[in-house]
Amino acid sequence: MIWNPNKECMSRDEMHSLQSKRLQKLVTYVYHNVPFYRNKMQAMDVAPEDINSIDDIVKLPFTTKQDLRDNYPYGLQAAPASEIIRVHASSGTTGNPTIVGYTRKDLAVWSEVMTRCLTAYGITRDDTFSVSYGYGLFTGGLGAHYGVENLGATVIPTSTGNTEKHIRLIRDLKTTGIACTPSYALYLAETLDKMGLTKDDISLRVGAFGAEPWTENMRHEIEERLGLKGYNLYGLSEIMGPGVSYECSEQNGSHICEDHFYPEIINPDTLEQLPYGEQGELVFTTLTKEGMPLLRYRTKDLCSLMDGECACGRTSVRMGRIVGRSDDMLIIRGINVFPSQVESVILEMQEFEPQYMLVVDRVNNLDTLQVQVEVRRNFFSDDIGSMLAMKKALGDKLKSVLSIGVDVRLMEPGSIERSQGKGKHVIDNRKLK
Amino acid sequence: MRIKQLSVFLENKTGRINEVAKILGKHGFNMHAFSMAETPDFGILRLIVSDADRAVEVLREENFAVMLTDVVCISCSNEAGALSSILEHLAEKEVFIEYMYAFAEGDKANVVIRANDIDRCVEVLQQCGCNIFDSL
Ligand SMILES: [Zn+2]
Repeated sequence: MIWNPNKECMSRDEMHSLQSKRLQKLVTYVYHNVPFYRNKMQAMDVAPEDINSIDDIVKLPFTTKQDLRDNYPYGLQAAPASEIIRVHASSGTTGNPTIVGYTRKDLAVWSEVMTRCLTAYGITRDDTFSVSYGYGLFTGGLGAHYGVENLGATVIPTSTGNTEKHIRLIRDLKTTGIACTPSYALYLAETLDKMGLTKDDISLRVGAFGAEPWTENMRHEIEERLGLKGYNLYGLSEIMGPGVSYECSEQNGSHICEDHFYPEIINPDTLEQLPYGEQGELVFTTLTKEGMPLLRYRTKDLCSLMDGECACGRTSVRMGRIVGRSDDMLIIRGINVFPSQVESVILEMQEFEPQYMLVVDRVNNLDTLQVQVEVRRNFFSDDIGSMLAMKKALGDKLKSVLSIGVDVRLMEPGSIERSQGKGKHVIDNRKLK
Repeated sequence: MRIKQLSVFLENKTGRINEVAKILGKHGFNMHAFSMAETPDFGILRLIVSDADRAVEVLREENFAVMLTDVVCISCSNEAGALSSILEHLAEKEVFIEYMYAFAEGDKANVVIRANDIDRCVEVLQQCGCNIFDSL
């Protein structure tokens, strides 16, 4: 099923002209309302008049996560404060979170694109749909929620936590669809087992999974254990939230809502735009956003784009699976983790050398994070109890900063490899294929 | 009456204990006694060697985290109940034992004791006529 065939199945020529028109309007808007962009464009000697088609997008400056932090909280906001009706925030490093303000129209667009996703997954107004992303500053919960309401299905705003109660609701309310992280879906499956229930006791049919990288193997396992069909749901809070792209029944890449979010793939080193099919960093321009529109936002996600009409009938460009990150931000159980966060905690504690290594793995389909640190010679003690207390103190601090549990490993001084120049602090053993 | 024990911090990694033994051997230190306390990710190797002060220097040069800890070494007869009567004395005088390790040889058993209050520990052991080593 297709929610908005006018847009989702638009001819490529029409899409090109719609995107061109919207880009021109956007550039004029940010040029006059966001000093950050005006300054950047002036420095590059580009004026709004130079943008005549979507193809001129390559003339425009990029935006990075750092730009968002530097302009905290509202520096990149284009709409007046009176027009902003909601704010979301994403986790930052030790510094500022990223603040994104939405106007009423932005929220309407968000609901629209989210509804396109749900419809592509086969959800209709007859479904009962559980939103099990976190509700709050994170865009996952509320973003999916309003999409379900907009569609007219029944939304069960379960958020996360209390999994047994959640499963009882899924069973008793005959919930047919669920949106959550893939690792939470597996956790649900485990809990289902523990409760002595099977997929035959519940009616789940559709899963919309996103907010963290996942594999085909995970998809098969979730589908098998929960008795549903799992679809990819992509989004990022800087651009909007969930709903930026979605898988259709063909499951050959995710359709991008490119009338609202214009995608490019660039070489992260040269910043040159790459043709369809080539792998590089995914970049989005928010063609219609009012609150905090962004030009060429570098997602740091590595993937490729596919064009050509899909067997489902949609004409929109599709993005392949995310194969990695162009910087060292780690997504662990759906949470953004920056090595610099770990570093700052370790630097605060004089018991440890300023050397560390993060080892990320996936054990039984749950991400794990091990933090290896070196004990300073003069803090080493013959007393196991005080060594364990030191280890626990670090573990507790890291947990409160990162919001995820960490396995701390005390290492011998000098045992962690010293790297030249830019420190290599991460070993990611998760095999994402 | 006190004996200096080396405590070496080790990751649980195969061959680490041997590394320490090799370095000590290469530098001519003789190991008299040792024990290993371990947790899932790290361990503390406790050793009594000839010339502990110099051994610390050598191991530090090899980047180990090492420290010296005072312990008491006693010898008692290798027969049922011998150790228990010594421990009873210590407990009576409220000397708390953090850890100990032992090895028996013929009719003698040697015991290394780490106590919360070493001086008091020595005092109590002397009072009960224990044979305390000045060195190993
Ligand atoms: Zn399709």
